Amino acid sequence: MKAKQNFASISILCFFMLLSCAPSNRQVLATNESQVKLRAIQTRAYDTTDKQMMLRAIIATLQDLDFIINGADHVLGTVSGTKLDRYALRMTVSVRPRGETQLLVRANAQYQIYAVEEPEPYQQFFEALSKSIFLKAHQVE
Amino acid sequence: MRRKSYFGAGVCIFLLFQLTSCAPKIPPEALQLSPESLKNRQLQTRRFDTDEQTMLSASAAVLQDLGFTIDESETDLGVIACSKTRGAINAGQIAGAVIFAVLTGSVTPVDKDQLIRASLITYPITVDKEDKSKCRTAVRVTFQRIVRNTSNQVTRRECINDPEVYREFFEKLSQSVFLEAHEI
Repeated sequence: MKAKQNFASISILCFFMLLSCAPSNRQVLATNESQVKLRAIQTRAYDTTDKQMMLRAIIATLQDLDFIINGADHVLGTVSGTKLDRYALRMTVSVRPRGETQLLVRANAQYQIYAVEEPEPYQQFFEALSKSIFLKAHQVE
Repeated sequence: MRRKSYFGAGVCIFLLFQLTSCAPKIPPEALQLSPESLKNRQLQTRRFDTDEQTMLSASAAVLQDLGFTIDESETDLGVIACSKTRGAINAGQIAGAVIFAVLTGSVTPVDKDQLIRASLITYPITVDKEDKSKCRTAVRVTFQRIVRNTSNQVTRRECINDPEVYREFFEKLSQSVFLEAHEI
């Protein structure tokens, strides 16, 4: 009998826990990882200052990975693309100068309706990009 | 008896937490260069003996010939992104659905329309500011499509890798470059 009561109270507790979740409009600003950690995962520095070359290399790399390019902006330094392979993977890559000798490349991806926050996919992307420009990617702290 | 129900409750809580944290993971090969990537690049790329500017305007013209609307373009980087929506009705699929409906009395949804998206990228190989005919430009085009059925569900999301599609596209593009060069 007591076990039944326990079970009922736990069920109610679970129900309230679900109710107390953040409203869905909080998703606008939601991330699972800290800002600093995300930037470290998604950013690499390259020893070049040729923004045009870097943007074209990013476009070529995305195409090699079966993406189509949805848009690009030379002034802002961004490229966005989508890959469809039963799933939908969207990605934006941005380029900005870092100091006098380097460029910072930042990528962020969305798989279906979820943000990609694991390090491995980004590692693979930067590896592919490094191959196409013959430059080493430096981890940024 | 009591131990058993505690166990049950524990399992329930565990499952509930599993549900709340069940964001599907990105497939491990999604951002990895595949062995087919070189083959696809060759399939989707052609080289033309003209400058990038001419190539871009000839490409935009051919995309318009094919009924695409240009969504986005960036001439500094040689990018054109475009799309069109068309029917996706497949006679075989409809016949199948009719037979199924006759046999079971239930209606199955069939493919209705598709969103076709393309991106066309130009890349200068050789640049000669004085003589256009000495310029070399590479063009890479990629097509994708999203198919929806009569219940408005997505049934297909894919990259189009049919060599025939690309061959025909580049044939049309060659003609367009010719027309452009002769200002017809």
